[in-house]
Amino acid sequence: MIDPVTFWTTTLALGIGTFLIRFSFLGFLGRRTLPEWAMRHLKYVGVAVLPALVTPMVLGPALTGGALDPVRLISALVALGLGWRFSVIWAIGGGMATLWLLQALL
Amino acid sequence: MSNVPAPDMKRAFWAGWWACAPFVFAAVPFGVLFGVVARDAGLDLLETMAMSIVVIAGAAQFTALALLVDQAPVFLALAAGLAVNLRMAMYSAALQPHLGHARLWQRMAMAYLMVDQAYAVAGQHFEVTPVMHPMDKVAYYFGAVLLICPLWIVATFTGAVVGNAIPPALSLEFAAPICFIALFSSMLRSLPHQVTAGVAVIAAILFSGLPTGVGLICAAFAAMLAGAETERRLALRSGGAK
Repeated sequence: MIDPVTFWTTTLALGIGTFLIRFSFLGFLGRRTLPEWAMRHLKYVGVAVLPALVTPMVLGPALTGGALDPVRLISALVALGLGWRFSVIWAIGGGMATLWLLQALL
Repeated sequence: MSNVPAPDMKRAFWAGWWACAPFVFAAVPFGVLFGVVARDAGLDLLETMAMSIVVIAGAAQFTALALLVDQAPVFLALAAGLAVNLRMAMYSAALQPHLGHARLWQRMAMAYLMVDQAYAVAGQHFEVTPVMHPMDKVAYYFGAVLLICPLWIVATFTGAVVGNAIPPALSLEFAAPICFIALFSSMLRSLPHQVTAGVAVIAAILFSGLPTGVGLICAAFAAMLAGAETERRLALRSGGAK
Protein backbone atom coordinates (compact mmCIF):
# COMPACT_ATOMS: atom_id res chain seq x y z
CA MET A 1 0.00 0.00 0.00
CA ILE A 2 1.13 3.52 -0.79
CA ASP A 3 0.78 5.93 2.12
CA PRO A 4 -1.71 8.73 1.19
CA VAL A 5 0.62 11.54 2.33
CA THR A 6 3.44 10.09 0.22
CA PHE A 7 1.11 9.71 -2.75
CA TRP A 8 -0.33 13.21 -2.67
CA THR A 9 3.04 14.88 -2.05
CA THR A 10 4.55 13.06 -5.03
CA THR A 11 1.59 13.67 -7.33
CA LEU A 12 1.24 17.39 -6.59
CA ALA A 13 4.99 18.04 -6.78
CA LEU A 14 5.23 16.01 -10.00
CA GLY A 15 2.33 18.03 -11.45
CA ILE A 16 3.90 21.38 -10.55
CA GLY A 17 7.39 20.33 -11.69
CA THR A 18 6.08 18.94 -14.96
CA PHE A 19 4.12 22.13 -15.58
CA LEU A 20 7.26 24.24 -15.05
CA ILE A 21 9.25 22.03 -17.45
CA ARG A 22 6.54 22.39 -20.10
CA PHE A 23 6.12 26.12 -19.49
CA SER A 24 9.88 26.91 -19.45
CA PHE A 25 10.86 28.21 -22.88
CA LEU A 26 7.35 28.81 -24.16
CA GLY A 27 6.41 30.71 -21.05
CA PHE A 28 9.46 32.72 -20.11
CA LEU A 29 10.89 33.54 -23.56
CA GLY A 30 7.54 34.78 -24.87
CA ARG A 31 7.97 36.63 -28.16
CA ARG A 32 11.76 36.78 -28.09
CA THR A 33 13.32 35.07 -31.11
CA LEU A 34 16.00 32.43 -30.84
CA PRO A 35 19.20 32.60 -32.92
CA GLU A 36 19.41 30.69 -36.20
CA TRP A 37 21.68 27.93 -34.85
CA ALA A 38 19.23 27.23 -32.00
CA MET A 39 16.34 26.98 -34.44
CA ARG A 40 18.31 24.54 -36.59
CA HIS A 41 18.81 22.28 -33.56
CA LEU A 42 15.25 22.53 -32.29
CA LYS A 43 13.92 21.22 -35.60
CA TYR A 44 15.27 17.79 -34.62
CA VAL A 45 13.90 17.60 -31.07
CA GLY A 46 10.97 15.31 -31.90
CA VAL A 47 12.88 12.93 -34.11
CA ALA A 48 15.64 12.79 -31.45
CA VAL A 49 13.52 12.31 -28.33
CA LEU A 50 10.96 9.79 -29.56
CA PRO A 51 13.33 7.06 -30.87
CA ALA A 52 15.42 7.40 -27.69
CA LEU A 53 12.24 7.00 -25.63
CA VAL A 54 11.07 3.96 -27.61
CA THR A 55 14.33 2.00 -27.82
CA PRO A 56 14.37 0.77 -24.18
CA MET A 57 10.63 0.02 -24.36
CA VAL A 58 11.19 -2.27 -27.36
CA LEU A 59 14.49 -3.87 -26.37
CA GLY A 60 13.46 -4.13 -22.70
CA PRO A 61 15.39 -6.77 -20.77
CA ALA A 62 17.86 -7.26 -23.65
CA LEU A 63 19.58 -4.04 -22.55
CA THR A 64 20.40 -5.50 -19.13
CA GLY A 65 21.67 -8.82 -20.44
CA GLY A 66 18.29 -10.57 -20.65
CA ALA A 67 16.57 -12.16 -23.61
CA LEU A 68 15.36 -10.12 -26.58
CA ASP A 69 11.64 -10.45 -27.30
CA PRO A 70 11.50 -11.06 -31.08
CA VAL A 71 7.73 -10.46 -31.18
CA ARG A 72 8.13 -6.90 -29.87
CA LEU A 73 11.12 -6.16 -32.06
CA ILE A 74 9.35 -7.34 -35.23
CA SER A 75 6.14 -5.46 -34.35
CA ALA A 76 8.13 -2.29 -33.75
CA LEU A 77 9.97 -2.63 -37.08
CA VAL A 78 6.67 -3.24 -38.91
CA ALA A 79 5.22 -0.09 -37.33
CA LEU A 80 8.35 1.85 -38.29
CA GLY A 81 8.21 0.74 -41.92
CA LEU A 82 4.48 1.41 -42.25
CA GLY A 83 4.76 4.83 -40.65
CA TRP A 84 7.67 5.80 -42.87
CA ARG A 85 6.13 4.58 -46.13
CA PHE A 86 2.42 5.17 -45.47
CA SER A 87 0.99 7.00 -42.48
CA VAL A 88 0.54 7.17 -38.75
CA ILE A 89 -2.69 5.20 -38.74
CA TRP A 90 -1.03 2.35 -40.68
CA ALA A 91 1.84 2.31 -38.20
CA ILE A 92 -0.43 2.02 -35.17
CA GLY A 93 -2.86 -0.47 -36.71
CA GLY A 94 -0.17 -2.58 -38.39
CA GLY A 95 2.13 -2.58 -35.36
CA MET A 96 -0.53 -3.75 -32.91
CA ALA A 97 -1.97 -6.26 -35.42
CA THR A 98 1.51 -7.74 -35.95
CA LEU A 99 2.00 -8.02 -32.19
CA TRP A 100 -1.30 -9.85 -31.65
CA LEU A 101 -0.80 -12.10 -34.67
CA LEU A 102 2.72 -13.16 -33.64
CA GLN A 103 1.64 -13.67 -30.02
CA ALA A 104 -1.18 -15.93 -31.22
CA LEU A 105 1.11 -17.89 -33.54
CA LEU A 106 4.20 -18.30 -31.34
CA MET B 1 4.13 39.63 -44.24
CA SER B 2 1.74 40.25 -47.10
CA ASN B 3 1.99 36.59 -48.11
CA VAL B 4 0.53 35.34 -44.84
CA PRO B 5 -3.10 34.36 -45.37
CA ALA B 6 -5.85 35.79 -43.16
CA PRO B 7 -6.47 33.74 -40.01
CA ASP B 8 -9.10 31.03 -40.10
CA MET B 9 -8.87 29.74 -36.55
CA LYS B 10 -11.84 27.43 -36.69
CA ARG B 11 -10.38 25.62 -39.67
CA ALA B 12 -6.92 25.46 -38.07
CA PHE B 13 -8.38 24.10 -34.83
CA TRP B 14 -10.13 21.23 -36.60
CA ALA B 15 -7.07 20.55 -38.77
CA GLY B 16 -5.05 20.03 -35.58
CA TRP B 17 -7.84 17.96 -34.07
CA TRP B 18 -7.95 15.61 -37.05
CA ALA B 19 -4.16 15.40 -37.36
CA CYS B 20 -4.05 14.06 -33.80
CA ALA B 21 -7.01 11.70 -34.26
CA PRO B 22 -5.02 8.56 -35.25
CA PHE B 23 -3.15 8.72 -31.94
CA VAL B 24 -6.38 8.11 -30.09
CA PHE B 25 -5.96 4.42 -30.93
CA ALA B 26 -2.67 4.37 -29.03
CA ALA B 27 -3.26 6.94 -26.28
CA VAL B 28 -6.54 5.39 -25.13
CA PRO B 29 -5.15 1.87 -24.50
CA PHE B 30 -2.19 3.42 -22.67
CA GLY B 31 -4.53 5.49 -20.48
CA VAL B 32 -6.73 2.48 -19.78
CA LEU B 33 -3.63 0.55 -18.78
CA PHE B 34 -2.61 3.29 -16.36
CA GLY B 35 -6.03 3.09 -14.71
CA VAL B 36 -5.70 -0.68 -14.32
CA VAL B 37 -2.14 -0.55 -12.99
CA ALA B 38 -2.90 2.28 -10.56
CA ARG B 39 -5.84 0.40 -9.01
CA ASP B 40 -3.70 -2.75 -8.79
CA ALA B 41 -1.11 -0.68 -6.92
CA GLY B 42 -3.74 0.12 -4.30
CA LEU B 43 -4.73 3.66 -5.33
CA ASP B 44 -8.40 4.55 -4.97
CA LEU B 45 -10.42 6.02 -7.84
CA LEU B 46 -9.85 9.62 -6.71
CA GLU B 47 -6.08 9.15 -6.42
CA THR B 48 -5.88 7.43 -9.80
CA MET B 49 -7.82 10.22 -11.49
CA ALA B 50 -5.90 12.93 -9.66
CA MET B 51 -2.62 11.62 -11.03
CA SER B 52 -3.86 11.62 -14.65
CA ILE B 53 -5.44 15.09 -14.30
CA VAL B 54 -2.60 16.79 -12.41
CA VAL B 55 0.32 15.29 -14.35
CA ILE B 56 -1.06 14.25 -17.83
CA ALA B 57 2.15 12.43 -18.75
CA GLY B 58 1.84 8.68 -19.10
CA ALA B 59 5.48 7.64 -18.94
CA ALA B 60 6.18 9.78 -15.86
CA GLN B 61 3.02 8.55 -14.11
CA PHE B 62 4.02 4.92 -14.63
CA THR B 63 7.59 5.63 -13.46
CA ALA B 64 6.61 7.48 -10.28
CA LEU B 65 3.92 4.93 -9.44
CA ALA B 66 6.28 1.98 -9.88
CA LEU B 67 8.76 3.58 -7.48
CA LEU B 68 6.05 4.37 -4.91
CA VAL B 69 4.88 0.75 -5.05
CA ASP B 70 8.48 -0.27 -4.28
CA GLN B 71 8.29 1.96 -1.16
CA ALA B 72 10.86 4.39 -2.60
CA PRO B 73 11.11 7.79 -0.83
CA VAL B 74 9.14 10.72 -2.27
CA PHE B 75 12.17 12.55 -3.64
CA LEU B 76 13.27 9.52 -5.65
CA ALA B 77 9.84 8.92 -7.23
CA LEU B 78 9.62 12.63 -7.94
CA ALA B 79 13.12 12.91 -9.43
CA ALA B 80 12.54 9.92 -11.70
CA GLY B 81 9.16 11.24 -12.88
CA LEU B 82 10.59 14.69 -13.58
CA ALA B 83 13.61 13.23 -15.38
CA VAL B 84 11.27 11.34 -17.70
CA ASN B 85 9.45 14.62 -18.39
CA LEU B 86 12.58 16.71 -19.01
CA ARG B 87 12.18 16.01 -22.73
CA MET B 88 9.26 18.40 -22.65
CA ALA B 89 11.62 21.33 -22.03
CA MET B 90 12.92 20.55 -25.51
CA TYR B 91 9.34 20.52 -26.85
CA SER B 92 8.71 23.83 -25.12
CA ALA B 93 11.78 25.35 -26.77
CA ALA B 94 10.83 23.96 -30.18
CA LEU B 95 7.27 25.32 -29.96
CA GLN B 96 8.29 28.74 -28.60
CA PRO B 97 9.13 30.33 -32.00
CA HIS B 98 5.64 29.40 -33.22
CA LEU B 99 3.50 29.88 -30.13
CA GLY B 100 5.50 32.29 -27.95
CA HIS B 101 3.40 35.23 -29.12
CA ALA B 102 0.25 33.89 -27.45
CA ARG B 103 -1.19 35.46 -24.29
CA LEU B 104 0.12 34.34 -20.91
CA TRP B 105 -2.98 32.34 -19.97
CA GLN B 106 -2.92 30.64 -23.36
CA ARG B 107 0.74 29.73 -22.92
CA MET B 108 -0.07 28.35 -19.46
CA ALA B 109 -2.84 26.21 -20.92
CA MET B 110 -0.51 25.08 -23.74
CA ALA B 111 2.11 24.07 -21.16
CA TYR B 112 -0.35 22.17 -18.97
CA LEU B 113 -1.61 20.20 -21.98
CA MET B 114 1.76 19.62 -23.70
CA VAL B 115 1.91 15.92 -24.59
CA ASP B 116 4.18 14.04 -27.00
CA GLN B 117 1.53 13.50 -29.66
CA ALA B 118 0.40 17.12 -29.79
CA TYR B 119 3.97 18.44 -29.85
CA ALA B 120 4.96 16.05 -32.63
CA VAL B 121 1.90 16.74 -34.77
CA ALA B 122 1.88 20.52 -34.31
CA GLY B 123 5.65 20.99 -34.44
CA GLN B 124 5.92 19.05 -37.66
CA HIS B 125 2.97 20.88 -39.20
CA PHE B 126 4.49 24.29 -38.38
CA GLU B 127 7.77 23.19 -39.88
CA VAL B 128 6.37 21.98 -43.21
CA THR B 129 3.85 24.84 -43.53
CA PRO B 130 5.99 27.87 -44.38
CA VAL B 131 3.26 30.48 -44.22
CA MET B 132 0.76 30.14 -41.44
CA HIS B 133 -0.93 32.92 -39.50
CA PRO B 134 0.32 33.05 -35.87
CA MET B 135 -3.24 32.83 -34.56
CA ASP B 136 -3.86 29.75 -36.71
CA LYS B 137 -0.83 28.10 -35.13
CA VAL B 138 -2.33 28.64 -31.68
CA ALA B 139 -5.67 27.23 -32.85
CA TYR B 140 -3.98 24.25 -34.50
CA TYR B 141 -2.09 23.42 -31.29
CA PHE B 142 -5.23 23.62 -29.16
CA GLY B 143 -7.06 21.41 -31.67
CA ALA B 144 -4.33 18.78 -31.27
CA VAL B 145 -4.21 18.80 -27.45
CA LEU B 146 -7.94 19.09 -26.88
CA LEU B 147 -8.55 15.73 -28.49
CA ILE B 148 -5.80 13.72 -26.77
CA CYS B 149 -5.81 15.18 -23.25
CA PRO B 150 -9.50 14.77 -22.34
CA LEU B 151 -9.38 11.24 -23.79
CA TRP B 152 -6.35 10.44 -21.62
CA ILE B 153 -8.43 11.28 -18.56
CA VAL B 154 -11.51 9.36 -19.78
CA ALA B 155 -9.30 6.36 -20.63
CA THR B 156 -7.73 6.37 -17.15
CA PHE B 157 -11.21 6.41 -15.64
CA THR B 158 -12.30 3.51 -17.83
CA GLY B 159 -9.27 1.45 -16.85
CA ALA B 160 -9.70 2.27 -13.16
CA VAL B 161 -13.36 1.15 -13.22
CA VAL B 162 -13.21 -1.78 -15.64
CA GLY B 163 -9.88 -2.96 -14.24
CA ASN B 164 -8.96 -6.58 -14.58
CA ALA B 165 -11.74 -7.40 -17.02
CA ILE B 166 -9.23 -6.40 -19.74
CA PRO B 167 -7.39 -9.52 -20.99
CA PRO B 168 -3.60 -9.24 -20.59
CA ALA B 169 -3.20 -10.88 -24.03
CA LEU B 170 -4.10 -7.50 -25.58
CA SER B 171 -0.63 -6.26 -24.47
CA LEU B 172 -1.89 -2.71 -24.00
CA GLU B 173 1.53 -1.72 -22.61
CA PHE B 174 2.93 -2.01 -26.12
CA ALA B 175 0.54 0.68 -27.38
CA ALA B 176 2.89 3.36 -26.00
CA PRO B 177 6.03 2.42 -27.97
CA ILE B 178 3.89 1.80 -31.08
CA CYS B 179 2.43 5.28 -30.70
CA PHE B 180 5.87 6.91 -30.40
CA ILE B 181 7.18 4.91 -33.38
CA ALA B 182 4.21 6.10 -35.43
CA LEU B 183 5.02 9.66 -34.39
CA PHE B 184 8.65 9.74 -35.44
CA SER B 185 8.48 7.38 -38.45
CA SER B 186 6.45 9.99 -40.32
CA MET B 187 9.19 12.57 -39.62
CA LEU B 188 11.97 10.65 -41.41
CA ARG B 189 11.57 12.64 -44.61
CA SER B 190 15.12 13.98 -45.01
CA LEU B 191 18.65 12.70 -44.41
CA PRO B 192 19.25 14.87 -41.30
CA HIS B 193 16.02 13.55 -39.77
CA GLN B 194 17.05 9.95 -40.53
CA VAL B 195 20.52 10.52 -39.05
CA THR B 196 18.93 12.01 -35.93
CA ALA B 197 16.67 8.99 -35.41
CA GLY B 198 19.53 6.53 -36.02
CA VAL B 199 21.84 8.27 -33.57
CA ALA B 200 19.00 8.45 -31.02
CA VAL B 201 18.52 4.67 -31.13
CA ILE B 202 22.25 3.89 -30.85
CA ALA B 203 22.80 6.47 -28.10
CA ALA B 204 19.77 5.20 -26.17
CA ILE B 205 21.34 1.73 -26.14
CA LEU B 206 24.75 3.12 -25.09
CA PHE B 207 23.23 5.27 -22.31
CA SER B 208 20.76 2.64 -21.10
CA GLY B 209 22.79 2.13 -17.91
CA LEU B 210 22.10 5.70 -16.76
CA PRO B 211 19.12 6.43 -14.44
CA THR B 212 15.64 6.55 -16.05
CA GLY B 213 15.19 9.80 -17.89
CA VAL B 214 18.83 10.90 -17.71
CA GLY B 215 19.90 8.44 -20.41
CA LEU B 216 16.96 9.60 -22.51
CA ILE B 217 17.99 13.26 -22.33
CA CYS B 218 21.65 12.48 -23.12
CA ALA B 219 20.69 10.31 -26.10
CA ALA B 220 18.19 12.86 -27.43
CA PHE B 221 20.72 15.67 -27.06
CA ALA B 222 23.42 13.75 -28.95
CA ALA B 223 20.93 12.90 -31.70
CA MET B 224 19.77 16.52 -32.02
CA LEU B 225 23.38 17.70 -32.42
CA ALA B 226 23.97 15.02 -35.08
CA GLY B 227 20.86 16.07 -37.03
CA ALA B 228 21.67 19.79 -36.99
CA GLU B 229 25.30 19.11 -37.95
CA THR B 230 24.19 16.90 -40.86
CA GLU B 231 21.90 19.67 -42.08
CA ARG B 232 24.72 22.24 -41.83
CA ARG B 233 27.17 20.06 -43.78
CA LEU B 234 24.60 19.26 -46.48
CA ALA B 235 23.91 22.97 -46.89
CA LEU B 236 27.66 23.70 -47.15
CA ARG B 237 28.08 20.99 -49.75
CA SER B 238 25.17 22.10 -51.93
CA GLY B 239 26.28 25.72 -51.51
CA GLY B 240 29.84 24.84 -52.56
CA ALA B 241 28.64 22.96 -55.65
CA LYS B 242 27.00 26.04 -57.13
